[in-house]
Amino acid sequence: MLSLGGGGAKSTKPSFVSYVTPEEIKSEKEPPKKERHPDLLPGEVIFCSADPVLKHTQDDLSQRGIFGTLLCTNFRVSFVSDETPLEDMTQHFKNKLYGENDIPLMCVDNIYGVYDEKKKLMTKGMLKNKCPSKMIIHCKDLRVFQFCLTYTKEEDAKKIFQGIAHHCLEPKSLKCVFAFSYAVSRSPEVQRSQRTVMFNSKEDWTQEMKRTKANLRIVTENENFEFSMRLPKFFIIPAAVTDEDISKFPGKGLPVWCWSHHSGCALFKASTLPVPQEDGLMQGYMERMLHAVAHTHLYSLKLEDLSETLPTVQDIQQSYNKFKQFFLIDNSTDFWVSDVKWFSSLENTGWLDIIRQCLQKAVEVVECLEKENTNVLITEEEGTDLCCVISSLVQIMLDPHFRTLTGFQGLVQKEWVAGCHAFLDRCNHLYQKDKECQSPSPVFLLFLECVWQLIQQHSPAFQFSETYLTVLSDSIHVPIFSTFLFNSAYQRESTMKAESQHLQRGPLNCPAVWDWSVQFDCKAQELFINPLYADKLKQDKVIRKVPRAKHQRQLSLPSSAFKTPPKKGFFKDETESLKKMLRVKRISRWMASPDSPAAATREFYEAWQRRPLDYHGLLLPCLDGPAVRLWMQRYLRWIPEVQILGGGSVAITSKLAELLSQVQDLRRELDLRSCWETEAESLQLRPGPLALARTSLRLSSSFPFASNRNWTFKPAIPTSLLQSLMVTDKLASQEDETNEVISLV
Amino acid sequence: MDPGSNGESPGSRQPSLDSLCSSSTSRSDRSLQTRGQSISSEQTSNSDLSPQLRIKGKPAKLFRDSEKDDIELLPKEVVQEVGKDVTYICPFVGALRGTLTVTNFRLFFRGVGRDPAFVLDLPLGVISRVEKISGASSRGDVSYVLVCKDVRTLRFVHKQPDDSLQKSVFEVLTKFAFPVSNTLSLFAFEYNQVFPENGWKVYDALAEYKRQGLPNESWRITKVNDHYELCDSYPAALVVPVTITDDELRRVATFRAKGRIPVLSWLHPESQAAVVRCSQPMSGVGGKRCKDDEKLLQAIMDANAQSHKLFIFDARPSVNAAANKMKGGGCESEDAYQNAELVFLDIHNIHVMRESLRKLKEVVYPNIEESHWLSNLESTHWLEHIKLILAGALRIADKVESGKTSVVVHCSDGWDRTAQLTSLSLIMLDSHYRTISGFQKLIEKEWISFGHRFQQRVGHGDQNHTDADRSPIFLQFIDCVWQMTQQFPAAFEFNESFLITVLDHLYSCLFGTFLCNSEQQRVKEELAKRTVSLWSFVNSQVDEFINPLYVHYPAHVLLPSVSIRHLQLWVSYYIRWNPRVRPQQPVHQRYKELLAKRAELQKRVEELQREVASRASASSERAGSPTRSITPVQTFV
Repeated sequence: MLSLGGGGAKSTKPSFVSYVTPEEIKSEKEPPKKERHPDLLPGEVIFCSADPVLKHTQDDLSQRGIFGTLLCTNFRVSFVSDETPLEDMTQHFKNKLYGENDIPLMCVDNIYGVYDEKKKLMTKGMLKNKCPSKMIIHCKDLRVFQFCLTYTKEEDAKKIFQGIAHHCLEPKSLKCVFAFSYAVSRSPEVQRSQRTVMFNSKEDWTQEMKRTKANLRIVTENENFEFSMRLPKFFIIPAAVTDEDISKFPGKGLPVWCWSHHSGCALFKASTLPVPQEDGLMQGYMERMLHAVAHTHLYSLKLEDLSETLPTVQDIQQSYNKFKQFFLIDNSTDFWVSDVKWFSSLENTGWLDIIRQCLQKAVEVVECLEKENTNVLITEEEGTDLCCVISSLVQIMLDPHFRTLTGFQGLVQKEWVAGCHAFLDRCNHLYQKDKECQSPSPVFLLFLECVWQLIQQHSPAFQFSETYLTVLSDSIHVPIFSTFLFNSAYQRESTMKAESQHLQRGPLNCPAVWDWSVQFDCKAQELFINPLYADKLKQDKVIRKVPRAKHQRQLSLPSSAFKTPPKKGFFKDETESLKKMLRVKRISRWMASPDSPAAATREFYEAWQRRPLDYHGLLLPCLDGPAVRLWMQRYLRWIPEVQILGGGSVAITSKLAELLSQVQDLRRELDLRSCWETEAESLQLRPGPLALARTSLRLSSSFPFASNRNWTFKPAIPTSLLQSLMVTDKLASQEDETNEVISLV
Repeated sequence: MDPGSNGESPGSRQPSLDSLCSSSTSRSDRSLQTRGQSISSEQTSNSDLSPQLRIKGKPAKLFRDSEKDDIELLPKEVVQEVGKDVTYICPFVGALRGTLTVTNFRLFFRGVGRDPAFVLDLPLGVISRVEKISGASSRGDVSYVLVCKDVRTLRFVHKQPDDSLQKSVFEVLTKFAFPVSNTLSLFAFEYNQVFPENGWKVYDALAEYKRQGLPNESWRITKVNDHYELCDSYPAALVVPVTITDDELRRVATFRAKGRIPVLSWLHPESQAAVVRCSQPMSGVGGKRCKDDEKLLQAIMDANAQSHKLFIFDARPSVNAAANKMKGGGCESEDAYQNAELVFLDIHNIHVMRESLRKLKEVVYPNIEESHWLSNLESTHWLEHIKLILAGALRIADKVESGKTSVVVHCSDGWDRTAQLTSLSLIMLDSHYRTISGFQKLIEKEWISFGHRFQQRVGHGDQNHTDADRSPIFLQFIDCVWQMTQQFPAAFEFNESFLITVLDHLYSCLFGTFLCNSEQQRVKEELAKRTVSLWSFVNSQVDEFINPLYVHYPAHVLLPSVSIRHLQLWVSYYIRWNPRVRPQQPVHQRYKELLAKRAELQKRVEELQREVASRASASSERAGSPTRSITPVQTFV
């Protein structure tokens, strides 16, 4: 399989076709000896470099490559080509921080060394080994790089290999993350007007309460994290929780408000209490918390322990590890081999099923809030993993505000960043290998996957595009942003404070990922906007006047909203049963049929489906088998075999963008003729990049990613047709024409 | 039926088309509008099998506005039997009691006690078999299972009539569902609706060859098959190299299976590389050779000055080709055809395909097992077959386009896999075939005139459902086209609704287009005179089938990705009966809105310009009135 590249330094005749032979390189390269490196970022330092290194192009089986210099800096692994880069007129989507041939260190997933045609996974113990002839790097954004080191001087090769391996595989401390060097050296910029609500001030939270018409209690005592380091600086709890109870189990078991439904019922999340104690203290506490939650609206409550019904973070990690392997393709042969059993391989990873389960759970919670108008409390051990996934999904389904770009970013801030999702541990940014103390798991990615499914099914409901989600998923591994670097609000604040002390210039200037101008220029950012988005007329005004009332009424089911819940005097029953449940220490799911949870919400979904679809109202995903799909853009974008030249969704996007701008021009013309009262509504229109329309024929389905590669115009033809379909049936050997009567029973 | 209503102009017909939320097909495009009404989506999706109703102009509109319960009969359609108190066991909503009406064209079931009424309306042509299961209950109920060609199965329960002499409605149904087996004629021969467009004029072989620049200095049109004497399954007009005489062609015919000699399908406008189709050579075990055949293939190669090679694509797996030698067939040996390279495309035969579709139906109808959906889908091999067919067509297109090499395509008889491969590669190579009229010509040419055995493969009106000649070959082709429309959403002039309509009428027996097995039979049956063409219907309301995103790039060759990662199950066809699975294409809807908005604004700009021109002064007065009518684009209606 890995027949690429020569076996060792001895081989004078390379087994691949390259643009230049090694001899030529020597004669050409030695005289100038110019230092080649990428444009370094502020605070970026080169550790080591080697040249010439041959970077294989993945495009086809011809095993060609480009010679250049391979470098390792404190930010990235970078390959600088010896060839003068071609004029990229198709490059709409350049990342300002790193280029096509750069891999941020945090983005390196695995490194393989190829020794005598055998591929070995590198671990830190193997660094002392001899230098491999080829190094394969798998990235977390699913790119695959192959660097051939046979032409490099042996000691250079060893240095670069060990350097890269060291910086990518060795555990490091948080202080060493590039973000801090970057923030220190970055020229202090005027803070851009942040449209995204960051949820790091009391005002942000009270505003959100006001927006959702919630009437709860905001806790400010944790401003300096004296009370709990696992809770946000500010948080909101049911009004009925007493001061005494707040500090009883610092933070544990405390129902923290997520969102309020217009009917008054609300969604809360909580971590589970530490160790079950026999003294009943905890039980009493728990009961008081449940009372308090139930008090919020009509004494109703549904309780769901997510750790009982959803996969664990370890399951999620395992599943994703299997799943991603199918997209880290080293060569064309591997690709076509894995094409054969594609669907069952995909199913075996369980990843799509985990997505389905999360969406299903979210729909169940939505049903409680929307149809039954009961308060919902979701719990989980830490309350910061699946609780974040479910509560965010619920809010996206119920509240159209979170389907706008800034609304969505605010949601991530609220539930994930301020909500103390342990990004640092879960993303394993520091390469900690001790599995005991933490478990890496792509929980946030899982959430993005679920959102993608919703976008896929209801794209006019979302202001942001799938490209935005893909870029967001990539940004997790760019060690520049403060957003994904910490485990909690406390850690963020304390680390930033500690690092800032070394500076005279004032606090660290560490951007949030939402400052997209750090990565992309305005033109590229236009691709974040979904041209299909059906904006609501003067939406801002409506929301300011009657906060989110309209959209939800429109779609709430007949039994909800106006009526009181079916059961009266419900509280008593509920607590009785709750007590019972607590006694057996089991808070079970509430849905009737445990064997097929999908069936339980089926009726709810079908009732919703029958109503006219309002993109500004309740949104439910279809979860039937074919409806949950693979996020093609994210997972297939770098694989040359699946690129569709002149096709893909870019063809639609460009046409839509073109039409939108024509409409806009016409309207502007009418404006000019002064007979049009627009109230700036037309200014809300943001047509996508117009240049697309003209070039869309030359763009491929991987647009806007990998768009500056020169795809060969050759079609990808399967190499393993025969093995692919083994029909062992006797049907296969049967004659086509059955005039001679073959009875088939 | 009032024939007067037929002559409606397309303009006045339009509103009624929209108001009848008819075709399943249009569910995708108009799902947003119809959702409100589709309380039972089974009802919507089933009412849709009556696209024929849509063409009727005013009466249809009235019908829609009033009640949905009456059958709107087509011209010459006659009610044969009405069965009261029949229960339809719907797999999605449960048992429904109602009335079952059988006409000489359709089955119409209307449930009682539901609002809006539950309606099941399908042409009898889609019924593949009727199975009576008696003794299921003690009360003398009889259960009937209707297995349909369009991937669904309907189950009815019916009381046994007390009077044993009285015919059950299902016996009548069986009779009219299988007219051929009951010595009746197909409804297509009765149906005599007049359309503004005449679909029989869509395809003219000579005109199509002329479009390709034929005849030219290398290729001629021969009359050797004028009376179908050379080959009874080929069309009358054939294009062959000028250097080959008719006598030589006759000798070649003896060497090719069923006389299907190598003839030209398509010629590259620049490189002169040709796509040639034929059947397998009858070389047999002994490796028989035919000098004239060898000369013909050499002439085909010589007709293209760009290349000194010829590719022969044998659609079959090589094992099957070898097995065919035992029966006198086989494939071209490289000794006999020296400059030719033989490539096997590993596409399986009609029986494998039929079995694959049967398995697919099991997986998707009525319910989908969620947890094993993907592996179940894989076990049907359906998409795997689609992949192989597309991959084959891609290789052919690549050889012709990039290799500038002529290709010869055949399978065993050259009317199933060969038709799939040539027509798909032609769609990739020639943008004309991606237009609505071009696609119609392609079907008329590569499928109908070149003798794809529609009658045998579909089994129109024939009750012998176990007939081993039945196979979803044409469905597979349409599926492949659909896969390409998914990969190139702006490259096709037609939409999904068009493809589904074509498939629905493949079975409906309403139009003559897909009847018979060959051009010879069609001429004999006088189909063009006695039946209506599907294209008459389609072209009379072509707006319904336009893809709003279509961009015409004349010389754009489509090279689709054939990786299974890019192939999807065609949910809005195979799973359309399931009310939970919704088509996911709001894009077209949104796009149409924008188009309308643009037209509206354009109109207003023009109006204003005119106003400004006429009276230059008082433009400001008019500010108030027009503003109201226009909502901003972003408001979703």
